[in-house]
Amino acid sequence: MFQDILFYWIAFVVVVAALGVISARNPIHSVMFLVLAFVSSAVLWMLLEAEFLAIVLVLVYVGAVMVLFLFVVMMLDINIQRLREGLTRYAPLGIGVALVVILEIAHVVWFKAQGFSLGVAPEPAPADYSNTEALGAVLYTEYVYPLELAAVLLLVAIIAAIALTMRRRPGLKKQDIAKQIAVRAEDRVRLVKMKTEKDQ
Amino acid sequence: MSIGLTHYLLLSAILFSISVAGIFINRKNVIVLLMCIELMVLAVNFNFIAFSHYLGDLSGQIFVFFILTVAAAESAIGLAILILLFRNRSSINVEDMDGMRG
Repeated sequence: MFQDILFYWIAFVVVVAALGVISARNPIHSVMFLVLAFVSSAVLWMLLEAEFLAIVLVLVYVGAVMVLFLFVVMMLDINIQRLREGLTRYAPLGIGVALVVILEIAHVVWFKAQGFSLGVAPEPAPADYSNTEALGAVLYTEYVYPLELAAVLLLVAIIAAIALTMRRRPGLKKQDIAKQIAVRAEDRVRLVKMKTEKDQ
Repeated sequence: MSIGLTHYLLLSAILFSISVAGIFINRKNVIVLLMCIELMVLAVNFNFIAFSHYLGDLSGQIFVFFILTVAAAESAIGLAILILLFRNRSSINVEDMDGMRG
């Protein structure tokens, strides 16, 4: 019973936060609503006994990705007024498409799923069961190859992000190692022969 | 009626359609578009975790793990492109990005 109330309450918060994300006037408020949506989703994932992923969602998503969003939003000097133009023009279309999507999914989930006995919750895991341990046991054996691919993907993303945002300013004084090594003494020192000057 | 798989699927459907509407409504602001995509990914992750719980199969959670990885990489590169764009155009309006005459 307690879990039912918790589910409805948190689900309500998630939906309100999602509506806030798409309708907030200020992009910073959007980011904050998104953080709220992520944190409440983590609670719901806890209800679904996915404890490790709930923690990862809070630590990685709220802690890293959302902070990145916040930094970018605050760094850019955005003219919000211009971006808000034509907002109401497309709102009916957006709401219409969203209604169609939700009706279709609800139709499939609600009516076509009859006789598909997934509505019963499985037995809760015993107290000494560790979700992290079970995930690790699968991740490092069966999915070790995708795991390495994901690591390479992250590396590529790091390099790409740095390479994209690196700025080469003109007139910057810096060392050119190759040039320094290739230099010869003749290039640097010029010996000039001249007569000795005499006192008049 | 206690909470079942249907509730979670419907919640994720609502989340997904809200973000679809958000993409239509905020079609000029690239940052909010990226945030809507993050919301969509969250809705998909909800489905994966709900099915993983109710089918008793951990593979769904492994998938969410990888989706989180890819989404983090995606948003990092997306924001890098956004900064680059802002540096060159001084605007993040989608309508200003018509260099390719698309």
